[in-house]
Amino acid sequence: MKGAATATPAPTRWVNASIERIVHQTPRAVSVFVRAPLPAHVAGQHVDVRLTADDGYQAQRSYSIASAPGAAALELVVERLDDGEVSPYFHEVAQPGDAFELRGPLGGHFVWRAEDGGPLLLVGGGSGVVPLMSIAREHAARASVAPALLVYSARTWDDVIFRDELLAARAAGRTLGVVLVSTREDPRPGVDLGGRLDAAALAGILARWGHAPERAYVCGSNPFVEAIADALVDAGLAPARIRTERYGGSASG
Amino acid sequence: MATRGFTGRRPATDAAGRLPPGQSQTDDFPVLSFGPTPRVDPAAWTFTLYDGPRPLAAWTWPEFLALPRTTWQRDIHCVTKWSKFDTVWEGTTIDDLFAAAGVIPPTSYLLAISHDDYDTNVPVADLVDGKAMIATHFAGAPIPPEHGGPARLLVPHLYFWKSAKWVKALRFTARDEAGFWELRGYHMRGDPWREQRYTDDP
Repeated sequence: MKGAATATPAPTRWVNASIERIVHQTPRAVSVFVRAPLPAHVAGQHVDVRLTADDGYQAQRSYSIASAPGAAALELVVERLDDGEVSPYFHEVAQPGDAFELRGPLGGHFVWRAEDGGPLLLVGGGSGVVPLMSIAREHAARASVAPALLVYSARTWDDVIFRDELLAARAAGRTLGVVLVSTREDPRPGVDLGGRLDAAALAGILARWGHAPERAYVCGSNPFVEAIADALVDAGLAPARIRTERYGGSASG
Repeated sequence: MATRGFTGRRPATDAAGRLPPGQSQTDDFPVLSFGPTPRVDPAAWTFTLYDGPRPLAAWTWPEFLALPRTTWQRDIHCVTKWSKFDTVWEGTTIDDLFAAAGVIPPTSYLLAISHDDYDTNVPVADLVDGKAMIATHFAGAPIPPEHGGPARLLVPHLYFWKSAKWVKALRFTARDEAGFWELRGYHMRGDPWREQRYTDDP
């Protein structure tokens, strides 16, 4: 395990970040594009965000980075949690020009570099697609020839974050394949499998893909990650090839 | 620097005093693991104390359960910023473990090693004198696999990545050797009250 560690620079101090623009991706997810003097990130990493109220009260949260390393602005995706403290701010209050603090990039395991190669399997549930999007974008930006497949399960077709970009990538027919699974909807022939992404569905997807994953990255809620990682182990993938990231707890709101 | 329009939601006064800086209280029990939950068979389970490469003592599952047992109620704090209050754990304290093995710590540091090859470094001083245990039960029931069962280290006064899940060994080391997350940007000690999250935190 220790041999797998790659040099990750120590995270920086808190720096000021300025919001460049906010894009509503789905009814529950916004992309917040920020400018901040942070070191370049590795695809899959996250940042810590710190907001300060007028009286000095502070709240911290972690958000995954969706943009590829080297993008002009850092793209963070914030899912709205109805009971949340921080996510409603980004959905309803924040505007371009507003500022907060950032620290990072963080996380040295759930990361992919072009030289890591593949075959590369990315499986995301809900907003768990965000760090995988950074990996998929890096895969495209570096014109990686490693076979890659993104399997993305969302609640409905309208909850698919980055839907247009993913459909375009799929249509372009490069080395990145995209499979969408809207769990609460009927299949859309050719684009969306529909139904539940369970072990059987995943096995079918892998068989059609035709590659044995060298690396698998699984991100989403804990039950989603548990089920998918377990299914991959059952499918014969060595646990050491599977990297996971799980969302959960009120601190994500 | 104040953020325009951010008001926030302050914790109740009672909770505020128990929350280390940058933490929020949760009633859930989130799971964070770097890979799949390993499949650990208690019939094949052993727990071993090592001094470097040299085994000092080892227990099978029935032997381990026969050691003196202690129940604690503690607050726990995860570096991903959630804290959970009043969690109840049962297991064998590190003091009782060392006593049962007749071991006086030969060094000041050790690595806790898990079935999935995870490891994390902890100073011995943070484990003895009633500070840590090898827990087998949570909230009165065997620890579920996704939370580290059959047995996990519990060091509640440090960030929870130090409380290694699926623990199978403690290995004394001559110096403070970085473990899995400590090699990947996280702090060598991880005291939540000093907010020692990342490598360069004071």
